[in-house]
Order: sequence, then structure tokens, then C-alpha cells
Amino acid sequence: MNLLEIKDLHAEVDGKEILKGINLTVKAGEVHAIMGPNGAGKSTLSAVLTGRERFNVTKGNIIFKGMELLQLPAEDRAREGIFLSFQYPVEIPGISTVNFLKTAVGEHRKYKKLPPLSGGEFLKMLREKMELLGMDNKLINRSLNEGFSGGEKKKNEILQMAVLNPTLAILDETDSGLDIDALRLVAQGVNKLKSPDNATIVITHYQRLLDYIVPDVVHILYDGRIVKTAGKELVPELEKYGYDWIKEGLS
Amino acid sequence: MTELENIDDSYFECKVNGLNTKCVTVNNGLFHPKNITSDLPEGVHVCSMKEARSRYSDIFECHYDKVRRSSDVSENNDAADGVFIYLSAGVELEQPLQILNTLGSETSFSGLQRNLVVLGKGARLTMLVCDHTLSGVEFDINNLTECVLDDGAALDYYEVQNQHAATRFENKLLVSEGRASLLDAMMITLYGGEIRNHIHVALNKSDADCNLRGVYILDKKQKVYNFTYVDHRAPHCSSHEHFKGVLDDAAFADFMGCVRVRPDAQKTDSYQANNNLLLTPFAKVHTSPQLIIDADDVKCSHGATVGQMNEEALFYLRSRGVGADEAKLMMMFGFAHDIIGKIKLQPLREEIDRLIDKRFRGEFSKCHNCTMNCNK
Ligand SMILES: Nc1ncnc2c1ncn2[C@@H]1O[C@H](COP(=O)(O)OP(=O)(O)OP(=O)(O)O)[C@@H](O)[C@H]1O
Ligand SMILES: [Mg+2]
Repeated sequence: MNLLEIKDLHAEVDGKEILKGINLTVKAGEVHAIMGPNGAGKSTLSAVLTGRERFNVTKGNIIFKGMELLQLPAEDRAREGIFLSFQYPVEIPGISTVNFLKTAVGEHRKYKKLPPLSGGEFLKMLREKMELLGMDNKLINRSLNEGFSGGEKKKNEILQMAVLNPTLAILDETDSGLDIDALRLVAQGVNKLKSPDNATIVITHYQRLLDYIVPDVVHILYDGRIVKTAGKELVPELEKYGYDWIKEGLS
Repeated sequence: MTELENIDDSYFECKVNGLNTKCVTVNNGLFHPKNITSDLPEGVHVCSMKEARSRYSDIFECHYDKVRRSSDVSENNDAADGVFIYLSAGVELEQPLQILNTLGSETSFSGLQRNLVVLGKGARLTMLVCDHTLSGVEFDINNLTECVLDDGAALDYYEVQNQHAATRFENKLLVSEGRASLLDAMMITLYGGEIRNHIHVALNKSDADCNLRGVYILDKKQKVYNFTYVDHRAPHCSSHEHFKGVLDDAAFADFMGCVRVRPDAQKTDSYQANNNLLLTPFAKVHTSPQLIIDADDVKCSHGATVGQMNEEALFYLRSRGVGADEAKLMMMFGFAHDIIGKIKLQPLREEIDRLIDKRFRGEFSKCHNCTMNCNK
């Protein structure tokens, strides 16, 4: 089943076209990797998928679980199962991760007309997910991302993902900033959450994350378009030769 | 005039769930005769200012009006009554001492109140002051509290202001600190008409510290002024100030903070910050942190911000499935909680968090078991 279908997607910000006709289909159960040089539009694509208003879609459409995704506000997309692990998670003073996640889970359940979790049930679930990722209590009681190290922020993103259990997870450079052990833990966590019903899009520059989270399909995004799609054998090639040969092939 | 006797007894329970306080009530500036102060531990003395003049004449004569005169507060307040608190040297009152200032009248009312707090050497006290209005008439109120902290004394002072919109409240807290004494003061303005808080702290001897914090939550045409003046008169003292405000509608806030470092006050460590969150283009803030430094070996900094809600943070919350309105409330709450989280008494911290959450949601903001109509 097609979980996500992006068709001829064009998007601009402040009048500048960034996405110039993206086509991408993701089936349930698949892992897709998106690679590409800096500034190609990878994070912009994530922002458009998650409903960031400042990116203006000028053409094309996105079907997610059979729905017109672009019609939904950001919060409803999340409740329908889209999750983005941000490349640069935002610091929010005064709100602890625990309380934030409790509110978020509450809103998801309300949307799905499920009864709210009790405080105890929520904490139990949270603790299980933290164990899965080898995280301790300290971070989750602190203000969300405030003063977190780069790696701590990324771990916190994956914890949120584990708690919200999305249908489509987009990991935007989650590997950057993680130490070697953390990278393995996070990747294991992502793999444990994998199921035949959900899918993952991994945005990365490096092979090492993809050694752990093995992609079914690899795309190269270049200058707002997907210029190459192949299997996982593309990754070591890119690692070896960089993007120049792709650029040359295009010109 | 509304007398306390006419009010339901539950009114004495302007209490915080789980917080066991010693409470005295002052109605329209008068120390209430129903207050029971005989059951206090040895060395803790609480009575009306009137009574203190004779009963504790030595202490009273020694301290009354001294702090005011040595500060730059020229305007006098010759109120006859209020609360007198005296802790002998080395005494610690474990329970917080709560002062419930209530205003009730059938016609417009102006009044004065004067309090004196004297902490002997090494004495420790937590105070919780609640300012309430009971009836919807115009009030014009002037309160002045002098606090004297002898060497090594520690005072935690929390004031919660919840008055209706037709109240003008001039509120002065003047503190004199001895060697290695410690003041932790927090002004929590939940609701009010026009409130002017003046906090004046003189760090008279070395190694004294003070933390001044404040939160103000304003909407409609409410106005709050926070004037602070911290006078570093001795070396090795520190002062930290942080005031934060959330302003909706056409509310107005003014923060004027002055830190004065005298020539003798070497090794002063001082920090001053004021942050404001404006929810509409009509809300207005003046902020002017100031430093006057006459010593050379000091560490002083200050900063102020006035801004709207961070769009990126809002999107982050929404991208997790939190609705836009709820996300805004969370951000406002988080902004205020930055200060509220510093309240050391857990039940009070939770109660204020709850009141602030309700305040932001536009729900009636009152304490548990309270029969007062503060929101009128
Ligand atoms: N608000 C903006 N205004 C103008 N240009 C923008 C804005 N946001 C992004 N861009 C531009 O859009 C292009 C794509 O940016 P994007 O962040 O999507 O790249 P990326 O592929 O994620 O790069 P990286 O690998 O460095 O993370 C860049 O040239 C960037 O400068
Ligand atoms: Mg990017």
C-alpha cells in the first residue's frame, strides 16, 4: 500500500523556489533514505510535509494514507501519524519534556477519540521508551531542549518519536551530533519501532547511520528535485565519489 | 464597610492545598482582632503595629521608619496599623507566615497599611503575602513594608497580587540587609488594576545576597510597574533580579531596575533581567534596567527583551500534535514558569502554576476554598 505519494511538488519561501517538482512514493514497511548536498532542499521537504506555513506550496500535491495532506494543519498531520525529528530542535524554556509529551499524547488520544491515559499509565509508557533508548530521567524533567547538548537534543527527538509512535517518521540528520554509542542506540530504537504498517524517511549525509538503519530505497535530492533513485548500493558510491558525478551527469 | 465578621469563615482558608501556614488577616489596613498569634513558637512575635508600639517598644523604636529614611523613598506612609513580625536571634519559623491583605467596602475606599518585619541574627522566615479585593468598588491603597535582616538572617518573601481592575495599589517593600543575610523575594501579579511595586534593597554589610523575582500577567487595560533599587553598599554582595511579564490586550507594564554599586562595594556580583511577551500589538512595555557603578572590581550585567511568541517554537509544539491554541498556552505557561519554578515551597509552586494556567485560559483565578471575588 502506498503510504505517501508526493506528486510534482513545488514550494517556495519568501518568493524563492526551493522545491522544483518532487516525486516520491513511500510504501508501508519501507525505509527511504534521502541524501543530497547542502542546500538541496531536504529540510524544506520535511517542513512542507509537516505543515510549516512559511513554505508556500505553489504546485503539486501530497497524498498520505489516502488523504490530501496539504489540507491539514500541522497538528492534525502529527495526529494522523507524521513525525519529524528536527535537524535543529527548538529550545523551549519553562516546559519540561515530560509535561510536553503528556500534553501531546493527550491531544493525539483526544483526536482518535481514545480515553486519556492516567498519569501513571503515561509515565509507565514513557519509562519503557526511555529504556529502549537508554535514556535517564535527568533530561526529561528539564526544560525542553534548553541547554541540551547537540546529541541530547537528537536523543530527545527520538524519544518523542517513540512515545508518539508515528506512521511516517522523517529523521532529518538525526545522526549529526550523536556519539558512536548514541548513534547505535538511536538506530536500534528506530529499528525496534519499525513495523509493516509504518515507514521511515532518513535524511542523512553519511553512510554510518544507514549501516544500522538499512534503507530499501535511496534518493538523491539535488537543487529541488530527486535526480536519482536506487537501492542501498548507492550509499557507498556516494561516500566514495561525492556528488560531482551526479552534477556532471545532469549538465 | 465590610467587616470580617460578615464573611463566611471559609474565607480564612485562602489556603494553598498542602501548605500549612500561620495566617494573619489584615482588612482594609487594620490588623484583624480575630487573628490568633498566641500559639507561635518561642521567639516568634507577631502582633498589630499598634500593639507593637507598646509591647515591643524597644524593637519598634529601634527599627521603625529607619529603612525608609535611609532609602530614597521620600514619600511617607503614616498608617497606624498593619502587621509587626519579630523573630529573635537564631529563631526559625518552620511554617510560612501568611499575611492575608483584604479589601472590602461598599463605597470607594482609600487606605494605608504599614508592616515591620525584624529578623534577629541568624533568624529565618518565609512569608506569603496575599493581596485581595472582596468588593468591586474603587480602592486606592498604599502599603509599606519595612524588613530588617540582621547578620545571617534569611527571608523568603512571596507576594501574590490578585485584586480587581478598579484597584490602585502602591506597594513598597523596603529591605535592609546585614552581613551574610539572604533575601529571596518574588512578586506574583495575577490580576490588578494599577499596581506599583517598589522594591528597595540595601545591602549594608559584606556577603549579603538578594534575589528579586517577579511575574506579571496582565490583560485588558491593566497596568503594572515594578521599580527595583538595589543598593550595594558593602563588598562581596550579590544581587540577582529577574522579572517576566505576559501582556494581552492593551495592558501596560513598566520595569525600572536600578543597581547602584557604591565605591566600597568591591567584588559585587549583580545581574538584572526583564523579559516580556506581548500577545497583541496594543500591549505596551517600558523597560529600563540601569547600572550606576562607582567601584572597579565588579561583575554586573543586565538585559531586557520585549517580544512576540516564537513562531518556530510554536510550530515545534504543533508538529507534535499539540493544537495551536494549546501550544500558545503552553508557551505562555512555560515563559512564566521560568520564574514560578523558583518557588521553594512545592505546594505553593503548584498552586501558582495552577492559578497562572487558569488565568491564561481566561478562567476565574482564585485559590482553593476561597470565597473571594478577586476577578471582578
Ligand atoms: N527562509 C528562507 N529564506 C530564503 N531561503 C531559504 C529559507 N529557508 C531555506 N532557504 C534556502 O533553501 C535552500 C534549501 O534549504 P534546506 O534547508 O532545505 O537544505 P538542506 O538540503 O536541508 O541542506 P542541509 O544538508 O545543509 O541541511 C537553501 O538554499 C536555503 O538557503
Ligand atoms: Mg537540512
